[in-house]
Amino acid sequence: MSEKHTLSHLDRLEAEAIYIMREVAAECEKPVMLYSIGKDSSVMLHLAMKAFYPEKPPFPFLHVNTTWKFREMIEFRDRRAKELGIEMLEYINEDGLRAGINPFDHGSSYTDIMKTQALKQALDKHGFTAAFGGGRRDEEKSRAKERIFSFRDASHAWDPKNQRPEMWKCYNTEIKKGESIRVFPISNWTEADIWQYIKREEIPIVPLYFAAERPVVERDGNLIMVDDERMRLLPGEKPVKKMVRFRTLGCYPLSGGVESNAVTIDEVIAETLSAAESERTSRVIDHDGGAASMEKRKREGYF
Amino acid sequence: MSMEQTKGLLKFITCGSVDDGKSTLIGHMLYDSKLIFADQEEALKLDSRVGSRGGDIDYSLLLDGLMAEREQGITIDVAYRYFTTDKRSFIVADTPGHEEYTRNMAVGASFAELAVILMDAAKGILRQTRRHCQICSMMGIRHFVFAVNKMDLTGYSKSRFKELEKDIKKLAIDLELENVMVIPVSATEGDNITKRSVNMNWYSGPVLLEYLETVDVSGQSNEEGFVLPVQRVTRPDASFRGFAGEIECGGIRVGDEITVLPGDERAKVKSIIVGDSEEDHAIGGEPVTISLDREVDISRGSVIIKDTVLSISSMFTVKLLWMDDEPLAAGRAFVIKLSTQKLPATVMRIKYKLDIDTGDKLPSEVLYKNEIAECEIALVGSAVFDRFEFHPTLGEFILIDRITNMTSACGVILHSLRRSDNIFWQDFDITRDVRAKSLGQKPLTLWFTGLSGAGKSTLANALEKRLYSLGYHTMLLDGDNIRMGINKNLGFKEADRVENIRRVAEIAKLMNDAGLIVLTAFISPYIADRRNARNIIGDGNFIEVYVNTPLEECEKRDVKGLYQKARKGEIPNFTGIGSPYEPPEEPEIITDTLGHDVETCVDELLDEIRKYL
Repeated sequence: MSEKHTLSHLDRLEAEAIYIMREVAAECEKPVMLYSIGKDSSVMLHLAMKAFYPEKPPFPFLHVNTTWKFREMIEFRDRRAKELGIEMLEYINEDGLRAGINPFDHGSSYTDIMKTQALKQALDKHGFTAAFGGGRRDEEKSRAKERIFSFRDASHAWDPKNQRPEMWKCYNTEIKKGESIRVFPISNWTEADIWQYIKREEIPIVPLYFAAERPVVERDGNLIMVDDERMRLLPGEKPVKKMVRFRTLGCYPLSGGVESNAVTIDEVIAETLSAAESERTSRVIDHDGGAASMEKRKREGYF
Repeated sequence: MSMEQTKGLLKFITCGSVDDGKSTLIGHMLYDSKLIFADQEEALKLDSRVGSRGGDIDYSLLLDGLMAEREQGITIDVAYRYFTTDKRSFIVADTPGHEEYTRNMAVGASFAELAVILMDAAKGILRQTRRHCQICSMMGIRHFVFAVNKMDLTGYSKSRFKELEKDIKKLAIDLELENVMVIPVSATEGDNITKRSVNMNWYSGPVLLEYLETVDVSGQSNEEGFVLPVQRVTRPDASFRGFAGEIECGGIRVGDEITVLPGDERAKVKSIIVGDSEEDHAIGGEPVTISLDREVDISRGSVIIKDTVLSISSMFTVKLLWMDDEPLAAGRAFVIKLSTQKLPATVMRIKYKLDIDTGDKLPSEVLYKNEIAECEIALVGSAVFDRFEFHPTLGEFILIDRITNMTSACGVILHSLRRSDNIFWQDFDITRDVRAKSLGQKPLTLWFTGLSGAGKSTLANALEKRLYSLGYHTMLLDGDNIRMGINKNLGFKEADRVENIRRVAEIAKLMNDAGLIVLTAFISPYIADRRNARNIIGDGNFIEVYVNTPLEECEKRDVKGLYQKARKGEIPNFTGIGSPYEPPEEPEIITDTLGHDVETCVDELLDEIRKYL
């Protein structure tokens, strides 16, 4: 075996994330890892498997399902959970479902009810005191300001003006009854780091990240995939087959694809590194409410 | 691709006084290097148009991400930005300049290897410049770049720069700053940020970005030997017991003999897992799980070492940055988090605080937000630690407020103290407040009143158990421990009953002074007596709990057969029969035991009591 001398940039990011996960497992009463099926979640899951090896991660995983995810995402989720032997919880806001809340008619209140409210309900239902999320500071300006251990009061609200100081690796995990913590172990990773790590560690990701011929319609400059018969087409819209891939995954009617021929991980990385647009542009929801919309949603309890 | 993976990482912060142009500097660096994404650039132009400073691009808007920041045009919290050039990857923490937000600046400093200190060329060294340098140095930063900004407004004056350079060199000596570089720049105009300035031909040193790309911050590490603080013990099955943690320094191989602290037990390394693969060795910075060749007493907080010495003690001297809005007085108790150890600690003495302007050491009994002081800290139990300069991660810590859970202070250990050292215990009064805080609770007296057989003792007992299990410190006073002891000389005549209640109230008050939550269970039938008890104990601490069980029910229960005897006339003046019970007029809590089991009543009581705790 060859001698190691120094750690690379990725090694340092990996070590930081693992340290954080172990601290939470050791100090927090009832942790859970949020799992959104996206590439960042795939990295988080991989890090959790490494952090506790040869044990399984000592906490369950939670997927908040809006029922509008790409079909391939759900298949991938169930397959990975089975392969790794981890506990995968699913939560759906049944009230919202019964009320017929959907991404076509309800705009931003859809996101609020099926994601934000659903997440709060799920955390309350299980009494989780700490929830890992895959948020990264390079994604968006208010995230750039958030601590790794981010506190939520009993109604899950974030107070950005009064964050606890976070020094060195001395993480303060103390909370009162009813409060909880969101923990972001990959805060300091960039999108490029995520892709390079996926490649280095050969981490499985949902095939939607690679270009393939898919039925799409063009809407407000975004390519929206027609994933099932629930997709509502506007007058004159007709699905066409195009080579597309997705840079971020969410609810299919809200996820904009990009035209691409990148079918291998190297091709995806090459495209990503030369990308002229940061990744959240392709997630449609960020556009309503202007630059401050993410902070506002976070204050209200969005992850 | 391979280059991306092996490229080094530099973490740095920008700091300086408000309006020195920190956010603008970083924004310009990202903009010039085409390191911002197209949509961010668009948002930036849009924000600038609606922003307050007219048509030009306001680079600071790239970083000031919070709504309140954009509204006020200032930076409140640390913003992290990530960028990569051909030579290096960077994480930059842009920190606030306002004194009010100094603690957020310290957060950035604790994260960084290098500090870029911004200065306004017209203003020179300000109070905040000194404060930031002191905090950076305290937090362990060993590399400083002074960017003398707004040179354009001095007409790119060489003589002004030389003057400031002299001031900075002097400051560096005063504050013992290492590796100091001074660069003249203009953040708005882009002079010497990424491109050499044509306006300052007289400056021949490196431009800022070039310097950041090439500076070597690895230096000579002071860290000696191998140190592994244990985060978790992993036990997937009976055959494997592993100790997980991050190697702080040094390397380790299978077969090496290690020592476990505290306890000083020795063992040999049997296996090393790095991530999820078994290896024959591991190096500093790697997350590992190691197993040993024999059973050793190890738990979270233990430290595994080789070829080095660490201290084990219950007292040390520290440099402290106070970050809480509420001031610190000596004698206050906290929870300390030091590496993976967490234990109760008290700030015994504030030796002196630093005057930011002069560097003088001022005696002080109180420390206000953003002040730096040297203090002595005593632990309950002992910890494994080292001087910050020798092993940083075992010398850095935070203090957590036991009631609010706020991270009230951060600090670094200067040296260990032994009890026998001539420790000067600051002359502070051990007040009721100090004792209560050290127990981490608000003292209260829960005064249960009601008829005989109403269920006072049963409820008080069950409630005390519940409070105890939640970590509260409690004491129950009832007939058993009072009547048989201190009040043995009292009978049941009216005067004796009054005296009985008075003594109970005085004892409850003393126990409240000691920090305890007291529960009393006495019939205490007269309003006047209970009012007197309330006066003795203090209105804010006295919670009257009326156990409102009707007389018929109490008589039906008649656990001790007393009602029967009273009805026969064998007990004169029995409350409810021969003597009245005066129900409370405005009790804080009323509980009805009729038809409810004890646990339900306790749940309800606890909900009510939480309002006062």
